[in-house]
Amino acid sequence: MSWLRQVPSGCYLALAFLFIYLPVVVLVLFSFQDGLLPVPPFQGPSLQWYERMFDNRRLMEALLNSIVVATLSSVAATLLGFFAAHTLARKNMRFSGAARYFLMAPITVSYLIIGMGLLVTFNLLGVSRSLFVVGIGHVIINLPLCFAIIYSQMGDHQKNIERAARDLGATDLQTLILVTAPIMRPALFAAFCIAATLSWDEFIIAFLLSRFDVTLPVTIFEMLRAGLTPEVNAAGTVVFAISITMVLIAILLSSRRKNSND
Amino acid sequence: MTNTLVELKSIRKTFGNVVAVDSVNLSISRGEFVVLLGPSGSGKTTILSMLGGFMTPSAGQIFIEGADVTQVPPALRPTVTVFQDYALFPHMSVASNVSFGLAMRKVPKDVRARRAEQSLSLVGLEGFGDRAIDQLSGGQRQRVALARAIAVEPSVLLLDEPLGALDLNLRRQMQEELVRIQKQLGTTFVHVTHDQDEAMSIADTIVVLNHGKIEDNGSPDRIYLKPSSLFTATFMGESNILEGTITTAYNGNIQIATKLGDIEVAGEGSVGDVIRLSIRPEQIKIGVVKDDTGIALGSIEITEAVFQGSHRRCRGFAGPDQDMELLLRIPVENGIQSGDTVGIFVQPNDVVLLQD
Repeated sequence: MSWLRQVPSGCYLALAFLFIYLPVVVLVLFSFQDGLLPVPPFQGPSLQWYERMFDNRRLMEALLNSIVVATLSSVAATLLGFFAAHTLARKNMRFSGAARYFLMAPITVSYLIIGMGLLVTFNLLGVSRSLFVVGIGHVIINLPLCFAIIYSQMGDHQKNIERAARDLGATDLQTLILVTAPIMRPALFAAFCIAATLSWDEFIIAFLLSRFDVTLPVTIFEMLRAGLTPEVNAAGTVVFAISITMVLIAILLSSRRKNSND
Repeated sequence: MTNTLVELKSIRKTFGNVVAVDSVNLSISRGEFVVLLGPSGSGKTTILSMLGGFMTPSAGQIFIEGADVTQVPPALRPTVTVFQDYALFPHMSVASNVSFGLAMRKVPKDVRARRAEQSLSLVGLEGFGDRAIDQLSGGQRQRVALARAIAVEPSVLLLDEPLGALDLNLRRQMQEELVRIQKQLGTTFVHVTHDQDEAMSIADTIVVLNHGKIEDNGSPDRIYLKPSSLFTATFMGESNILEGTITTAYNGNIQIATKLGDIEVAGEGSVGDVIRLSIRPEQIKIGVVKDDTGIALGSIEITEAVFQGSHRRCRGFAGPDQDMELLLRIPVENGIQSGDTVGIFVQPNDVVLLQD
């Protein structure tokens, strides 16, 4: 009867998973609701709300906006983080310890504070709110993370490889593009995926800094204010599905990389 | 001086309070295979880094082909370094690794491919061009690193303990290959190692370093047989060091009173000076002096005799008071055993007067 002893821990695990995943399951389930309200009892399944969603121009524009902002801001954050990490890891500079600290410190500041700061600053500069400004905000919140991820992978064993490239006639820029970046590809890709996922989901900064063109989380928020419909559930499910897919791709690629190194 | 390719003038390098290299003067000829030999911390790798341009000397100048390159970055020097960890580009094929330097020099693609293949065949890796780096063994990686360096035809090839990670057999084999490649190309090689056997088997010239200073500089034979300093005598293989006082000095000969009796050798010195002599273990012979050229060293009681194939390595105590420990290498046919007491002698030529 040894399985009996595992019952309490099994129950605990089930409860923990229930606690974490119940809201997502409910969200996804009621996006297939055949009715006007996303509340029990569940009727369906039906894809009518997905059809409504794909016909909703405002929602589709927001989806596209989100993809553009997430992609561009993550590319920028990854590149800036890479340059900063490379310089701080390779060059012996005064204050490089302090510089590292100040680059990573914004991780601890809440998005609300960063968003407010940006709002005030852009107001002062006379720059009006737009998706571009949202993108800048996303670079600011993602740069510390990208820097931290890439910096942690800047091993000393690559130092001689870069030296060899320069010794053989490569300029600093050629070394960075032809040698360092390809070697750092897993770290760069991981940084990009995390930044893209965070930007894709981000609401507060996008809400504060956008005006006419908005991102998907902002549109969903506006729809929520109008009232609960299964269409909002469908939009939320799409956001969730894309996030999960990106994370899965990242995990898959990094584990395949690990296996090929063995 | 036309044959001088590399010249170090009063090179000094300090890291904080630590002096890594102290006023080193060294000139290297074209086509020479030079080995910088020393224990860890002797400054040999620092000198190599300064030659390659990865470090700037704190003082002094470096000339290569007559030009002052002290402040010139690695890419613009006629040197290429082969790193201890090979530093191959892991994401490129063998051929791309080898032709990297040529690509940076904007050599056309077909010429690049041909020269890469030539370099690879020189190191015995023809046909390996398409392989990935992680498909190669340690010895093969070493060869690729060498091929990558010689592909750009440097005037000076710098090798930083390149054989350190290989096992003994492979190391021997690569030593022979390095010498063959060096003679075939005629390129000047500067090779850093802490292994004196490796140094002796590959070098035209050995530069012995200790505490950032040059202890000795010469051919392997000379360095081994006539070491000029106590450090060289003990670092280059095993040696017996005898201390003594000069009792007479005339006509370029000196007589030294030692624990093993009076020894007369050619040399300069003034009466009363304390000096050291070095005698290699294999040069102490067993028996009685038959002609008048040999110097009798009394008798020795053997306390330890270890069979080592070509010889027996023996320890024992010699001198009238039996208080001078000596190391001997005696031919095996001699059949000597622990506990034996035998007479020993040495030829005057084999007694080396140490300078410091």
